[in-house]
Amino acid sequence: MAVEKMSVAKALNESLRKALDTDPKVLIMGEDVGKLGGVFRITDGLQKDFGEERVIDTPLAESGIVGTAIGLALRGYRPVVEIQFDGFVFPAYDQIVTQLAKMHARALGKIKMPVVVRIPYGGGIGAVEHHSESPEAYFAHTAGLKVVSPSTPSDAYWMLQQAIQTDDPVIFFEPKRRYWDKGEVDTEAIPGPLHAARVAREGTDLTLAAYGPMVKVCLEAAAAAAEEGKSLEVVDLRSMSPIDFDTIQRSVEKTRRLVVVHEAPVFLGTGSEIAARITERCFYHLEAPVLRVGGYHAPYPPARLEEEYLPGLDRVLDAVDRSLAY
Amino acid sequence: MTVESTAARKPRRSSGSSKRAGARKPQSPTEPQLVQLLTPEGERVENPEYDEFVADLTPEALRGLYRDMVLTRRFDAEATALQRQGELGLWASLLGQEAAQIGSGRALRDDDYVFPTYREHGVAWCRGVDPTNLLGMFRGVNHGGWDPNSNNFHLYTIVIGSQTLHATGYAMGVAKDGADSAVIAYFGDGASSQGDVNEAFTFSAVYNAPVVFFCQNNQWAISEPTEKQTRVPLYQRAQGFGFPGVRVDGNDVLACLAVTRSALERARRGEGPTLVEAFTYRMGAHTTSDDPTRYRHDDERAAWEAKDPILRLRTYLEKEGIAGEEFFASLEEESVALGKRVREAVRAMPDPDHMAIFENIYADGHALVDEERAQFAAYQASFADEEN
Repeated sequence: MAVEKMSVAKALNESLRKALDTDPKVLIMGEDVGKLGGVFRITDGLQKDFGEERVIDTPLAESGIVGTAIGLALRGYRPVVEIQFDGFVFPAYDQIVTQLAKMHARALGKIKMPVVVRIPYGGGIGAVEHHSESPEAYFAHTAGLKVVSPSTPSDAYWMLQQAIQTDDPVIFFEPKRRYWDKGEVDTEAIPGPLHAARVAREGTDLTLAAYGPMVKVCLEAAAAAAEEGKSLEVVDLRSMSPIDFDTIQRSVEKTRRLVVVHEAPVFLGTGSEIAARITERCFYHLEAPVLRVGGYHAPYPPARLEEEYLPGLDRVLDAVDRSLAY
Repeated sequence: MTVESTAARKPRRSSGSSKRAGARKPQSPTEPQLVQLLTPEGERVENPEYDEFVADLTPEALRGLYRDMVLTRRFDAEATALQRQGELGLWASLLGQEAAQIGSGRALRDDDYVFPTYREHGVAWCRGVDPTNLLGMFRGVNHGGWDPNSNNFHLYTIVIGSQTLHATGYAMGVAKDGADSAVIAYFGDGASSQGDVNEAFTFSAVYNAPVVFFCQNNQWAISEPTEKQTRVPLYQRAQGFGFPGVRVDGNDVLACLAVTRSALERARRGEGPTLVEAFTYRMGAHTTSDDPTRYRHDDERAAWEAKDPILRLRTYLEKEGIAGEEFFASLEEESVALGKRVREAVRAMPDPDHMAIFENIYADGHALVDEERAQFAAYQASFADEEN
């Protein structure tokens, strides 16, 4: 049967397995991805089945992981690299933004860079510092990169397939606190475009736009608001570069109100870009300014404070109330 | 005025600053322990370990090496002049490094792959890359522009040391493919300080990658001498990573050829990476924007001019009767013609089309790029309307 209930983690694992199985050029690289199966077990069992030449435990050097993946891509491979945690991507940041993102353009299109950089990101799991960050804006800001984040097991499965098949570098942000959420995955379905947003819940009074870990929070907020008679639409962006502004625009033209929700700091974040673009596109439709709910301009706090930092149901609903009050 | 001796290559320091260093007497990172086959005076010296790697060189091949160096130097001089004339925005001269580049470049097989930094004009020459292709980025019409796979010569890399990781990854792929080709990564003494170079050493050693790290120690990283990069001779770094390092006279084209061939063969045999430190000298500025008179002395350059890679091979060729006046005269003509061709090609190089800003950013397209491309095109078109 093609439809199976599985967790986000399992869906990613199945997706990687399928990619390794169908394309001999696909490689998995990263710290602890072999015998251990990764610290989140996303690569569990893959080295056992595909061998050390396909599922490669690397030295503890993030720039080295991405830099050698670039070389392997130049040789015709399709490396999928795992950065162990969000805060550890920065040693590789130079290779990602100065090399990976620009190689295709520098060669006037003669070479392609099919590299996927998987990054478990976001908070809510009680981790120590550098293990809970949301650095997606840094990457979305760089031309040459594509940046996506799934929120469901089905998207985890299919978006990773699509990212691996893409000839461009894709930064694939995995919402780590959703790894254990379960949902149905149809492994024989024909998926929609990788960068198309998805209306996760229909509504008429206000649009909530979110991605990755915050989609679930927004769906819960919409359910709570429904009990108070408010009809909220939830748009799951799925992609931060490019952003599917058309889908958001269609939703906002219907609801006339928009609140963007993400874990990353609000200042100069994805929400800022959406607020600006939607204001340009929907100026005469909007009944209220686009509001943003997200992290503060502060380092991600210690675990005992993260519930205060992360947007939860109450903060989202507070923003909904503020928008509706205009 | 104090006349400074060979120690003059060190930059002036305030007195007393070197007390501790003096007491510890570290081994000088610049103390030469070189593989040399041809002395600065053009004498062929025997080397039991490396002679076999150049034993096949015919008189024609020797003249070919000389020709490569002369034409590369001519190309480089032409590019420097073109920068002075305002035709290029910048130029990174290889003056003085011809032997290191031609020797190593001619050691390569067609199926080997080269990852250069931004000064490897001589290596590009050996790979058959049209020298005028190298000028596009310096003229500002592109950021590279050639197809790396057509000559197995990757694009120039500006960020110091990044390409050593690309070379290592590529070499890992070569090994996976079961091919017996090798990869060579060029970098400088300054790059040896970069994390990426050290990570490349680690990865290549761990995966036994068929890669040769070819460090051209030209003594200066812009204004910083090698002493500011390392406390041990660079080639000795390799030992700590678990592979051999060798220092070669970088102004000796025969030695550079022999040492690189040896390292490449080792890579092909599946024995992993080698670090080659070509001990040489950048006779010109770092780039045309640099002013070396602010940090180094004329007599240092004079000392290195006596080790000139081209002169020493010429002396050898003449002494051994391998090349005569006719050869040198004909090469001079060829050299003049190359200069003319480069000059004309640069001046004829068109500015890129405006829409090139939006080209080749993504292989599979991107909605924002499409949107901005359309906006830009409309904006450009609005000027045409005004003119009509």
